[in-house]
Amino acid sequence: MENTNKKYWKGVEELKNDIELVKNSEREFNLEGLESGTYRRDFLKMLGFGVAAVSLAACDAPVRKSIPYLNKPEDVEPGIPNYYATSYNVGGNYSSVLVKTREGRPIKIEGNKLSGVTRGGVNAQVHASVLSLYDSEKLKDPKKEGKKTTWEELDKEVSAALASSQNIRIVSNTIISPTTKAVIADFAKKYPSAKHITYDANSASGLIEANAASFGKAVIPSYLFNKANVIVGVNCDFLGTWISPIEYSSLWAEGRKVSSAKGGKKTMSRHYQFETGMTVTGANADYRGTIKPSQEGIILANLYNKLVAILGSGSALSVAKLDTQYLDKCAKDLAAAKGAGLVVSGSNDASVQTIVNGINSLLGNIGTTIDFGTTVNYRQGSDAQLAQFASELKSGVVDTVIFLGANPVYDSIKGADIAEGLKKVKLSVSVSETETETSKLCKYIATSTHYLESWGDANPKTGYYSLIQPCISNIFNSRQAESSLLTWAGQPADYLTYLKSFWNANILGGSSWTKALHDGVLESPVASVSGATFNGNLAAAVASLKTGKGIELSVFENVTIGTGIQANNPWLLETPDPITKVTWENTANISQKTAADLGLSAGDWVNVTVGKVSKELPLVIQPGQANETVSIAMGFGRTSAGKAGNTGTEVLSFLSGATSASNLWVGDVKIEKTKSGYTLPQTQTHETYMGREAVIQETILSKYVKDPKAGRFEPKIGTSDGLKKPYSISLWNGHDKKNHSWGMVIDLNTCTGCASCLVSCQAENNVPVVGKAEVARAREMHWIRIDRYYSSDAPHERGYSIGGFKEMEKASENPEVVFQPMMCQHCSNAPCETVCPVLATTHSSEGLNQMTYNRCVGTRYCANNCPYKVRRFNWFKYFENDNFDYNLNNDLGKMVLNPDVTVRSRGVIEKCSMCVQRIQAGKLTAKSEKRRPVDGEIETACSQSCPTGAIVFGDMLDPNTKISKLLAQESEGRAYHVLEELNVIPQISYLSKIRNKDEQRNSEAVAEVKHTEEHAH
Amino acid sequence: MSVVSPIREHLVTGGKTHHDVTEDICRHVEAKPTKEWKIALTISILVLIYGAGWVLWTWWEGLGVWGLNKTVGWAWDITNFVWWVGIGHAGTLISAILLLFRQKWRTSVNRAAEAMTIFAVICAASFIIMHMGRPWLALWALPLPNTFGSLWVNFNSPLVWDVFAISTYFSVSLLFWFIGLIPDLATIRDRATGVRKVIYGALSLGWTGGAKTWARYEDVSLILAGLSTPLVLSVHTIVSFDFATSVIPGWHTTIFPPYFVAGAIFSGFAMVQNLMLITRVVYKLEDYITIEHIGLMNKIITVTGSIVGVAYITEFFIAAYSGVEYEKYAFLNRATGPLWWSYAAMMTCNVLSPQIFWFKSLRENIVVSFVIAVVVNIGMWFERFVIIVTSLHRDYLPSSWTYFTPRMADIGDYMFSFGLFSTLFFLFSKFLPVINMAEVKSVLKTSSEKPAKY
Repeated sequence: MENTNKKYWKGVEELKNDIELVKNSEREFNLEGLESGTYRRDFLKMLGFGVAAVSLAACDAPVRKSIPYLNKPEDVEPGIPNYYATSYNVGGNYSSVLVKTREGRPIKIEGNKLSGVTRGGVNAQVHASVLSLYDSEKLKDPKKEGKKTTWEELDKEVSAALASSQNIRIVSNTIISPTTKAVIADFAKKYPSAKHITYDANSASGLIEANAASFGKAVIPSYLFNKANVIVGVNCDFLGTWISPIEYSSLWAEGRKVSSAKGGKKTMSRHYQFETGMTVTGANADYRGTIKPSQEGIILANLYNKLVAILGSGSALSVAKLDTQYLDKCAKDLAAAKGAGLVVSGSNDASVQTIVNGINSLLGNIGTTIDFGTTVNYRQGSDAQLAQFASELKSGVVDTVIFLGANPVYDSIKGADIAEGLKKVKLSVSVSETETETSKLCKYIATSTHYLESWGDANPKTGYYSLIQPCISNIFNSRQAESSLLTWAGQPADYLTYLKSFWNANILGGSSWTKALHDGVLESPVASVSGATFNGNLAAAVASLKTGKGIELSVFENVTIGTGIQANNPWLLETPDPITKVTWENTANISQKTAADLGLSAGDWVNVTVGKVSKELPLVIQPGQANETVSIAMGFGRTSAGKAGNTGTEVLSFLSGATSASNLWVGDVKIEKTKSGYTLPQTQTHETYMGREAVIQETILSKYVKDPKAGRFEPKIGTSDGLKKPYSISLWNGHDKKNHSWGMVIDLNTCTGCASCLVSCQAENNVPVVGKAEVARAREMHWIRIDRYYSSDAPHERGYSIGGFKEMEKASENPEVVFQPMMCQHCSNAPCETVCPVLATTHSSEGLNQMTYNRCVGTRYCANNCPYKVRRFNWFKYFENDNFDYNLNNDLGKMVLNPDVTVRSRGVIEKCSMCVQRIQAGKLTAKSEKRRPVDGEIETACSQSCPTGAIVFGDMLDPNTKISKLLAQESEGRAYHVLEELNVIPQISYLSKIRNKDEQRNSEAVAEVKHTEEHAH
Repeated sequence: MSVVSPIREHLVTGGKTHHDVTEDICRHVEAKPTKEWKIALTISILVLIYGAGWVLWTWWEGLGVWGLNKTVGWAWDITNFVWWVGIGHAGTLISAILLLFRQKWRTSVNRAAEAMTIFAVICAASFIIMHMGRPWLALWALPLPNTFGSLWVNFNSPLVWDVFAISTYFSVSLLFWFIGLIPDLATIRDRATGVRKVIYGALSLGWTGGAKTWARYEDVSLILAGLSTPLVLSVHTIVSFDFATSVIPGWHTTIFPPYFVAGAIFSGFAMVQNLMLITRVVYKLEDYITIEHIGLMNKIITVTGSIVGVAYITEFFIAAYSGVEYEKYAFLNRATGPLWWSYAAMMTCNVLSPQIFWFKSLRENIVVSFVIAVVVNIGMWFERFVIIVTSLHRDYLPSSWTYFTPRMADIGDYMFSFGLFSTLFFLFSKFLPVINMAEVKSVLKTSSEKPAKY
């Protein structure tokens, strides 16, 4: 080929090789003039340009890239959610759930209605777990001695160390997964010295022990709350935290539902509760007595003796006589309902549980309301095992420990011993998703996955199986716990294959894996209820009951934070405790009398001292708290949970020195005031409903049976034509509802106050978290709140005299409690709509009061004029703001946002929209299928999540919907509108509360007499 | 020199001639600023800057810097707004209603009172803007053509009525005040030289002082007075609708319109009294603002204060008589609930304190008048606070009951309005004639003249 490397000159100067050109050859432009110095004009020009450019650039909205799929996955349609069935299974707490994912992100947890265990119910902790998935403080890589490492390195080192280990312990909380247990067994096969230690932070070890002794079965039976006519709970929060609260709430509610329809169910179970601190269970009981924690066993033994006396069978126990309010009545009712009663105790003391077993078998409840045919697996922990492990660890016998998700340094009473013992072990591995107090002390952290990133299964009860499937690929460089164990055991790490083959071999029994995965559950329940023969030694049990002294401290698990596993979850932290309504911290709850005796008042902080341990925490004067006791919730005071979670006070260390520690109480407590004037981060500060019958309407069962309208308050407006119903007089023309009229009915009888709806709403509607200080300023943003009212001893009419209403402000010492979920009532004559100057809140043609955030200028007039005070103002910008460093302040946390709901800017009002985005989606689906929406197809976040089905949502215009039928039955019965006399005509109705009591509270009875007199006029 | 009338006290004492009046008033406009004025203005501006800092912070951070909460959506913001609007009533009342009632004594005080009105309304308007969550969208409250389709304001909303009422009141008051200034500005123009002559010349709109000009001036004054008179009553009536049309117990009260108007006049006169007493001493205007003036003002304060007192008692009676349990509770709570101290402050300051003016010696005592005027304004601030906060903090559902505690930004933003008001007032008092020379001249009594007539 010819050489074509011709040389082209830029100009004749280059050919001539001009000296100037050579000098400037590297420079493209001749900038002689500019470079010789900056002139004033140039400087000003540049400055001007700079300022203009910078300000122009600043004006530009930041570019947010959205990248379309290059290859779209077959099953992901942008904008259309996918649902996957999986199971929540954290620390033995179980719920079968559906996970809503949008473009591959899990954004919402719903209950799985196919599950025969949780029956579509979900609680606050389960709802909030989706946010824990996006915790930006989770572990991002495996770690060695606190530093990032790789999986290869970690596996190599751990396997090598394991090979030379002599004494291996695997420590976990209850595992209800049969496959995980198989993995542990495989691991133990490879390392024969490995022993599995199971413990639970809030243990049922005593119950299992007692059942072993009484019935020869070391199991927890099923409790059939729906079949019991008389339920007695002794320090047993079965609607809130005890063993399987979602399931128990649903069963309990079955026995509590009544109907005003002709021939409708007008019977209710009667619920007695004897407890130390007020729990949601006690708050929902018909009769509630108070006991000190040390009296649990004694009171039960006394109940046993009373039953023996009434029934004339069995022999009385020799125990000190102790009585408490309603105990006699309770014994009578139990004896009358022989075989259909149910006595449960939350005690972790085997002696106490033995007496409970004695009572139940005396009454013939075993095999009727207590089912040993279907046993439950939620709590398998053994306190003895844990204690032995702690002492072995301390003595140096154990050389290798693997913590499987467990955090015993924080959440067991042996925490201090374990922390000390860990220094002596050769190899310590924490298989954990987050950094914990325990993982910090371990040499290696094998970062594990969130349940929404994992495969797995669960066997909550005999015959009930469910699957866990990942709904998102691993966010960080983590590996699920089972894969880690399999790797170290030298097996293939693919846990899905392992799981499938285990199911094929042991569980599926020929049925389809795909169907089980689709449904999330595979159930073949035991058909019949079976009992067991009581063989326990009651006398020995009574003899070994522990006694208390002085003020007793009761440590309890609360509904929101639980045992503290999800402590870094801002949704849970901001969920008010159903009883105290305190957020973000735990408190020392004491009774009114004890507070008076100790000279304490609201707003004080106290030093609680047990032995050498002394801690300072804020005080709550709790109506219904047993005198001379103090209750403090566990789960707070974490030190390595994260930015949000390290709040409140750790309490298990109070119990470490006590003999009765396993039962979470201790005597001889000192309480001293340290400071005063503190404002608690409480969402509700007023305790009573001030006798306002337009707000709360309640009655007792015997009156309800006679008159379905008993306890109803029907205001009348005086006119020149005599008294009229408020709705018959109006200034307004009303709004036409031609197509739909969305509404809700809330049953006060079955709302337990558990706050599941609250967290569900927060997740669905992108409700921001505002933090402790802002809650203390009464600025929480929740769209639904659960008002909790205590009864007062003052008769209603006392309120309208000077000074008289002060008496009504004071709750009774042991009050009746009522919970009332309160959200936007979607008034048909909405006071908010008329006052907005810019029409930012208007009425829809389907009965909804809608909020146009874009139009809102933030005068807050609507919020002021709302009689229900449900409107919430964005006082600050709650997203991307370092003052509110919660999930909306980081990219990972924002992944939980529901793309169908606007994130509100600062300065605008927001409120419940009745999940208008769900209504719209349901209507569109129906429209595209050329049909009307079907009842039940559209559910609001709150109605969907209620474990007791207390909230019914639907179209009130269609006579065939559940809500229309319910209203048709209850319109001449329990259904009422709150504040009816205002004639705002809410779309939300409440069903009055019926208590299964024989006599009414004094203050209430007086008021009712007054009403009948008024009607007589 | 003048001759003493056998029938009436002179409205202007000291035997002033027309020229004396011109000299006495123009002197302050023409002379170099005094040291006292400079100090006062500096303090005002410093307060203004400090307050403006808080206002900017409020706008930057959001309204969370205030002490409001989910239950109490308005507190100091609307309290301050209503308070300033109320104060802003006196000017128009004095210039319009007293003009129509031929109360000649008003001539000495109307100029300053009108200026005060305008500045007070500016302060009130600043709180309307400030209380909004998104103040940059304040124009949405105006029925302007827009690009949102047919999106309009909500004519049902009392806040929209407010916008109309306040803006109308402001424009009419401003016009009235400016028209009244023209003859005096011309007087200053005629005496001035240089730049001052140009500026005052431009402001006096070519005033010639001819008979025709005067005739037109008086026609316009009368028309504006006629326009302003209903406004005096309507503005605070409409402000009271913000509360009266709501459903909140303690707000939903039909007595509000007259009660608010009386309260507004009450506080406005108290504020005029304060400013007048200061101006009188500083500018040595004792001959123009006489003890008689002060006494008359105090009488009006006592009358309106008593009307307000009757309204307070009526509210209680109606609450008891109505049989509405929320209403009963709202009023019991007002007097004896957690915010009882604000109610007590209101009652003491507004109802009890002005009663001492039944005694002539106290009524005509300058120090007592000044102190009581301050006390009345404190009381009227508390009245609005009581109405707004004690009604809101405990309304229908006890679960939402809260307390209200102000924070620094509440105080800072209130100080801003004081800074703004006093700065504007000091500028006014230096650069414009504080007393209406033309009108005062018309009430000077000389032996050869009959009383002037309009």
